[in-house]
Amino acid sequence: MIAALAPLSFLAQSATGNSFDVPANVVFYIVAAFMVFAAIRVVTTDNIVHAALWLILVLSGVGLNFLLLQAEFVAITQILVYLGAIVVLFLFGIMLTRAPLGRADDLDNNMRPIGVAVGLLLTAVIAFALIRTFGNDSLTFEAYAGSQAVAGNNRTTALANEIFGPQLIPFEVLSVLLTAALIGAIVLARRD
Amino acid sequence: MDPLLSGDVGLAEILIVLLKVVVAFAALLIGVMLMVWFERKLVADMQNRLGPNRAGPFGVLQTLADGIKLFFKEELSPQNADPFVYRLAPYLSLIPAFLVFAVVPIAGNFSGDNDGVVTMFGHETLMQVADPQIGILLVLAMSSVAVYGIMLAGWSSGSKYPLLGSVRATSQMVSYEAALGLSVATVLIVAGSLSTNLIVDGQAGGRWNLWMTGLVPFVVFLIAGTAELNRPPFDLVEAEQELVGGFHTEYTALRFAMFFLAEFMNTVTMSAIIVTLFFGGPSGPSFGLDGWFADYVLGFGYFFAKLLVFLFVFVWFRATLPRLRYDQLMDLGWKLLIPLALGWFLVVAAVKVAIDTTWNVAVVLGVAAAGLLLGGMLLKLAIRSGSEHRTDEFVGGDR
Amino acid sequence: MAESPLSDFLRSYLTVGIFASLGFILVGLLVLIAWMIRPDRRQAQKYISYESGVDPVGDLWSQSQIRYYIFALLFVIFDVEVVFLFPWSTQLEAFGAFGLWHMFFFIFVLLLSLIYAWRKGVLRWA
Repeated sequence: MIAALAPLSFLAQSATGNSFDVPANVVFYIVAAFMVFAAIRVVTTDNIVHAALWLILVLSGVGLNFLLLQAEFVAITQILVYLGAIVVLFLFGIMLTRAPLGRADDLDNNMRPIGVAVGLLLTAVIAFALIRTFGNDSLTFEAYAGSQAVAGNNRTTALANEIFGPQLIPFEVLSVLLTAALIGAIVLARRD
Repeated sequence: MDPLLSGDVGLAEILIVLLKVVVAFAALLIGVMLMVWFERKLVADMQNRLGPNRAGPFGVLQTLADGIKLFFKEELSPQNADPFVYRLAPYLSLIPAFLVFAVVPIAGNFSGDNDGVVTMFGHETLMQVADPQIGILLVLAMSSVAVYGIMLAGWSSGSKYPLLGSVRATSQMVSYEAALGLSVATVLIVAGSLSTNLIVDGQAGGRWNLWMTGLVPFVVFLIAGTAELNRPPFDLVEAEQELVGGFHTEYTALRFAMFFLAEFMNTVTMSAIIVTLFFGGPSGPSFGLDGWFADYVLGFGYFFAKLLVFLFVFVWFRATLPRLRYDQLMDLGWKLLIPLALGWFLVVAAVKVAIDTTWNVAVVLGVAAAGLLLGGMLLKLAIRSGSEHRTDEFVGGDR
Repeated sequence: MAESPLSDFLRSYLTVGIFASLGFILVGLLVLIAWMIRPDRRQAQKYISYESGVDPVGDLWSQSQIRYYIFALLFVIFDVEVVFLFPWSTQLEAFGAFGLWHMFFFIFVLLLSLIYAWRKGVLRWA
């Protein structure tokens, strides 16, 4: 889901012209192309741990894209939470069920056309929603002057303002959601 | 933010950046080499042995000799291994290990109005490879990425001991990372910034976070950091008696050397991070001195002296403390360190808010202490009734 | 912004990138050289996986226990919590008591999950 937000930078950029650095743009396209490739490999590889590895690459690509958008806190959070925790959780899940070395023949089936169709449909829906919502927005990047830098981490400040402002209720609900997730997992795991 | 990198960047700036990168890398490698020797020599002393004493004066070159030996060894990869992941894993272990060092300030003058900026070849810069504004989060991110090297090494070896070792190691590192993050968050309350340079700058003049945060976060960080490093007494991961070598059992020659290097590099960088977070990094009294001496010699001197203390502490731990059992390890992490770090975080936050909003600090402290005590007791009560219930069930049940 | 080809912001990360690639290249080079000069005397027995000196028995992969998974899940929860603590903890004065109470609530709810796990005995490694 987060990965789907990555094209945001591209949309915003094409809409408004040169509000973005040129090298950053070039890097974005390279990273994006690589991410698409890695995402395809996640579903086509015939070893489940390799699939997790490709997923790591996709998620770090998302982190890199956030970095290009100058959202460093989100970028590092992406690495900290998704790479450091979620994929580790996946890997534990894999180790728990089965993680054979080498090819696994039963990872593939004849549902590929349906999978492709669903994937394309989802892409279209997400792209439509993003263009509808953010199509006319432009991203502004202020230069980091020396004085600003000494004053502190203004990106993180903005994030804190957002959390304790408009996003306060989602923030509080999040804690309930996480608790519910854990309780659910324990109930499932313990059989009693 | 490094003043070198703002504004136009010419050839000189790029050269300085490259110089810093190369020097930092070389310094880290030499530091690691010396650390291996230091550890072996010190443990030998503590155990009444001689330790390495053949290669070079006092055996200093022993590590180099071992490294060269491993370089010329035949490489064996087990037949069941996953070839690509097996080769990738050492890199995944090594790169996060030295990347952490990029945000550690190793010198510079922080006394008085100075903020660690030094003048190098006529350009102002900081004595650290990079100073991103979320520097300290980079450290946490890298320590969570380091998990992959170990996990994948164990899985891809296609052997039982490494697999067991790697699952244990991953679970252990993951368990202690939360405590690590919580104690860093407590430091941030005092520091008010995520940049390592500003964290050090805030501690100048002896206002070390060690006492500004009330000692507890430091203790939590030290314990969690040792566990994160998989060093004794938390070395269940490679408990020789049970798991042979743990996740790197099947690794030989240079690839084994890479894991070994990563392990000691992590020890050095973790000590450096402790010094940066709690002991003021390269800050210290400058005795009214100025210029290059205060910038480089004194700054680096303070940093190195503090670093050495923690390297010694890690070796000391290894030589004196018996290894924990896995259940003790998990209990310590989840039942002691995390609740303690969380509670302490809230207390420090409450005191800070009290100071900011002119509440009565003494009252807040009293309420916080009472709350902490009450919370701890309630927690214990809740758990005890729960565990009694459990025990009954276990006696009666057939699981 | 217009005059510089790369924003100041990205430069410090570029430095980190240079540092990482330097290490990667140097280590890769070492591996390459070692590959060229090291001996290579193949024998089938050398490549059998190590199992205390006897031939490997049974399946080489073993299933891990579910409690590892539960601990990983607990970690996800606390990791997310820590990430939410960071922006607030650098900005305490901006939100004052308001922020403090909300943070109390946030942490309290997450602590409930830890207490639940504790009471259910999943934290016990028996």
